[in-house]
Amino acid sequence: MKNFNGKVLFLDRDDINTDEIIPAKYLTEISKEALKPYLLEDLKLEGFNLKDIEDSSVVITRGNFGCGSSREHAPWAFEVNGINLVIGESFARIFRQNMFNCGMMAVSLQKDQIEMLFDEFAKEKDVYIETDFENKKFTIRAGSKKKDIVFSISEFDSKLVKSGGWLDFADKNY
Amino acid sequence: MGKTIAEKIFDAHLVDTPEKGINVLRLDAVFCHEITTPVAINDLEKKGKDRVFDPDKIKVVIDHVTPAKDSKTALQGKILRDWSKRNKIKDFFDIGRNGVCHAIFPEQGFVRPGATIIMGDSHTCTHGAFGAFAAGVGTTDLEVGILKGVCAFKYPETMKIEVEGSLKEGVFAKDLILHIIGKIGVNGATDKVIEFTGTVISKMNMEERMTLCNMAIEAGGTSGICYPDEKTVDYLWKFIESDFGSKADALKEYSKWISDEDADYAQIIKIDASEVVPVATFGFKPDQVKPVSEFENVKVDQIYIGSCTNGRLSDLEIAAKVLEGQKISDDVRGIVSPATPEIFKQALDKGIIKVFMDAGFCVTNPTCGACLGMSNGVLAEGEVCASTTNRNFNGRMGKGGMVHLMSPATAAQTAIKGYIDNSPLFKG
Repeated sequence: MKNFNGKVLFLDRDDINTDEIIPAKYLTEISKEALKPYLLEDLKLEGFNLKDIEDSSVVITRGNFGCGSSREHAPWAFEVNGINLVIGESFARIFRQNMFNCGMMAVSLQKDQIEMLFDEFAKEKDVYIETDFENKKFTIRAGSKKKDIVFSISEFDSKLVKSGGWLDFADKNY
Repeated sequence: MGKTIAEKIFDAHLVDTPEKGINVLRLDAVFCHEITTPVAINDLEKKGKDRVFDPDKIKVVIDHVTPAKDSKTALQGKILRDWSKRNKIKDFFDIGRNGVCHAIFPEQGFVRPGATIIMGDSHTCTHGAFGAFAAGVGTTDLEVGILKGVCAFKYPETMKIEVEGSLKEGVFAKDLILHIIGKIGVNGATDKVIEFTGTVISKMNMEERMTLCNMAIEAGGTSGICYPDEKTVDYLWKFIESDFGSKADALKEYSKWISDEDADYAQIIKIDASEVVPVATFGFKPDQVKPVSEFENVKVDQIYIGSCTNGRLSDLEIAAKVLEGQKISDDVRGIVSPATPEIFKQALDKGIIKVFMDAGFCVTNPTCGACLGMSNGVLAEGEVCASTTNRNFNGRMGKGGMVHLMSPATAAQTAIKGYIDNSPLFKG
């Protein structure tokens, strides 16, 4: 199973699209690793600095994240940067499916929970998330501040995460 | 309780239910292009699984960057070409015979009512115009599709959009779909199939239905879908003639897919077609839509007519009607890309290409081209394009560029004026 723990990068906007996550001009690459320097290159967002990607492992964002293209290059660009978990209010269908297909996670939380995360943690300096996958629980920390958040994903998505993605699962079962 | 068309297709293709509400479906076709498939091919090779579930059900085209622009895109084409050859995939459309995937595959008769289709391309929803369930997927889903001929989806909820009345003269399918997206928003149909019905859809030809379904994804929809009818049968007849005794037989067979009257919908939206006017987008999201008449002196640098949304013959015909005897503004550059070689040929025969060239347009080969800023027609920083494509995301057509989505008629008139303007075809 992939790592779902680490420092949080907050992306405070709805509808962040796949062209912003990885511009189409880099789709000529045929290795995932080659996408590494270009993650979120075209994202214009107040307070967001490309350098913030470097030590981050988790993204917290708003609604309809990953809308647009079907490019799996979007999850891959996160993956090769060590980010395997995106938490948001909602996701575009293909992006969400691509994440789980790669054994990564795109987890939806209620709007008020996302509000709370932004209100209470986004301005803190170092925010970390720990994931208890078995109990479906995130623990978010910043200094002495700490919150536990229970999340849910479907049984099927859970199987994909455990088996490392859809290819291995499908190859075994169909 | 009756079933929707999508539910009927799901039930007829069900292979497994790994969890309640998750369906693994048998696929009737897997479409492939050179951008999202090579990674899947390399991965299958690396895992010792370089095979395909059925070479006759896999259709392949090079369309995004063609002819190749550099060594990297040449390699993507080569990987696809070599793979097709060694796996005995006969429907491979290489340079000279290639066109934009969502235009060439229907044109070749590969899309049938009731079929399940996936492709590593978000605009795969286009093929729902034929009454198929067609969805864009990522590379891993594509890889499993290629290897096993299956794909997993949530059992579909359907949003029904009923368009009644009639569209005003000079208002086109593109205006209607932009109007709809403006109404329901960029995530208004997320995880849902959008079923387009009503008298307006019945009157539309297959090309117009493809324009509608093409943009279902811009509202987050898994697939757009129209009911198969006489027009579907007429379009497909040359491919299905040997399967049916008559067109009536084909229609009877295909009609079984049409949603039952007592089917259950997640949402029903009614649209009065007479309220729709020519529109264009103004921001970086496809739901930021307003009437063309409200654009005041919005100057553009480039006009792009083409793509899987609006690069078909009827689109070029409409644009040519506006451009006939006119010159485009000295301040703009016009680019037109017929979506397939067949469309290109017909446009040549009908004198449409001459109209474009006389007006001052550059005519390019069939390709996805400028739409996603991967090859020809990329914008410079700060430039603006009036485009018949489907996506206006920030930087989509080139870093720092701005795209206004609109119909071919509005794009053609904008080319003449140099600023966004209603075409004389609209009498409203």
